[in-house]
Amino acid sequence: MARHPHSGKVAIVGAAHTDQIGKLPGHSRLMLHAEAARNALADAGLTLKDVDGIFSAVATPNEISEYLNVTPRYVDGTSVGGCSYILMVQHAVAAIMGGYCDVALILHGESGRSWIDMESQGTPQGPGGQFEDPFGTVGAASTYALPVLRHFHDYGTTKYQMSHIPAATREWALLNPMAMMRSKGPITPQDVMASRPVCYPLNLLDCCLVCDGGGALVVTSAERAKDLRQRPVYVHGTGEATAHRSVGMMRDFTTSDSTVISGQQAFAFADMQPSDIDHLMLYDAFSPTPMYFLEDLGFVPKGEVGPWLEDTSKTPDGKIIYRTGPGGDLPMNTNGGGLSFGHSGRYGMFAMLEAVFQLRGTAGARQVDNVNTSLVHGPGRQFAAAATLILGRD
Amino acid sequence: MIEGYTGKLPVPTPGTQPFWDGTQAGKLVLPRCGDCGGWTYYPRPFCMHCFSWNVTWTRASGHGTLHTFAINHLPAKGFEDVGKPVIAVVELEEGPRMITNLMIEGEPDPDAIPLDAPVEVTFRAVTPGITLPWFRLVRGGR
Repeated sequence: MARHPHSGKVAIVGAAHTDQIGKLPGHSRLMLHAEAARNALADAGLTLKDVDGIFSAVATPNEISEYLNVTPRYVDGTSVGGCSYILMVQHAVAAIMGGYCDVALILHGESGRSWIDMESQGTPQGPGGQFEDPFGTVGAASTYALPVLRHFHDYGTTKYQMSHIPAATREWALLNPMAMMRSKGPITPQDVMASRPVCYPLNLLDCCLVCDGGGALVVTSAERAKDLRQRPVYVHGTGEATAHRSVGMMRDFTTSDSTVISGQQAFAFADMQPSDIDHLMLYDAFSPTPMYFLEDLGFVPKGEVGPWLEDTSKTPDGKIIYRTGPGGDLPMNTNGGGLSFGHSGRYGMFAMLEAVFQLRGTAGARQVDNVNTSLVHGPGRQFAAAATLILGRD
Repeated sequence: MIEGYTGKLPVPTPGTQPFWDGTQAGKLVLPRCGDCGGWTYYPRPFCMHCFSWNVTWTRASGHGTLHTFAINHLPAKGFEDVGKPVIAVVELEEGPRMITNLMIEGEPDPDAIPLDAPVEVTFRAVTPGITLPWFRLVRGGR
């Protein structure tokens, strides 16, 4: 099968976080967007005047055009949860290849911790308000916990095996100066299981770190990218899907249908397969999310992720090497992930930024050797929507 | 009903009112399709399987199996009298799955709550206007 004619024809040419992530009580939701825009445009060597496409999810494109005082000719406000920005890259590829815009600015800003100018979603009259909220759910931990026991039951996966995800991810955070847990030291799977129960089967160390922050990407044609200052990161494959809104509506509680569909699209678009991928960013809102995605994207056979995670090795001096950690065979979530880097609410932007830095070779102490391809995947809400992106150096 | 109930309450809409009227009367009432025979949850004015609008509110048996669950250790308003919410997904014998709560005596022990166990509906009246459909394990099966 040949790659899609748009594969490799669009590139990410600017990528940046806000100056900081963490607890930022001085930053409103909109300020975070503006700071991310400033930093990503500076990274690209472009200005706001060069931008003719605005893509944003936490803030609407109306809010952004007004706040930044711009009049883009192409806008996209698709808001399907944490993967919204990953999915917007696909939309940017279509818009750029279709001639609807030349320079797309994909913007994320979220006051997820300080909650400045943020709105709560849903009403008590909606499907969630009537048929989910009255049953004792409190935030994403309590809904993301719901499918997990079904995976344990059907495939024999254990909580100990799942606990390898946060342990491996912490190893990466210790190498990232921007990660919220950079100075907190390593954790073991046993530490994860011994941490405070939040919503069984999830403990505190299974949960992402709520923070304030933002980030942005500048996307343009590969042709135009040649003349810009950064080494371009090419968009090889994209895919998206949405299956439902509430976690209770999963067709199969051991599989994210939208992950499967978006992954198949992205691999077909790029004419690649999992064995072609050097580096993974699998959005870790909670420990089970990358566990499901490793299977549903085809990196690990269905039902076998538990033993796969547990299959660690050791360095000559006795340090554990996790499959997905530093030195492992499938480096994943190398920024420290939502679990140990930080999670503003719609973390998908942070996952893409790390993939860009790894492909540029600018990831510092956590740089993985020989990264030519990276796959970014994220969910929207609890295994409801999903988007997949395959990026490459060439 | 529960005096001074603090939990989150559904606000019925015209399209869902018959469901909430049903729980108030101690019945689980769902839209059933006159064309394909399928049952729909959460309630919609059409069949979720075949998109036929030929649906009729029909009483379901109230029996099903426990498909999966989670035990919420975070403080959840409205559960003060029962302890930690056991948030459950029940698969009704008519087919649809619903998010609900499992009624458990005392501290919930996850190892004593088997998946696929038979469950039956029970009704928890929380305010004069709202009765929530909960489920409980059927000891010894049906």
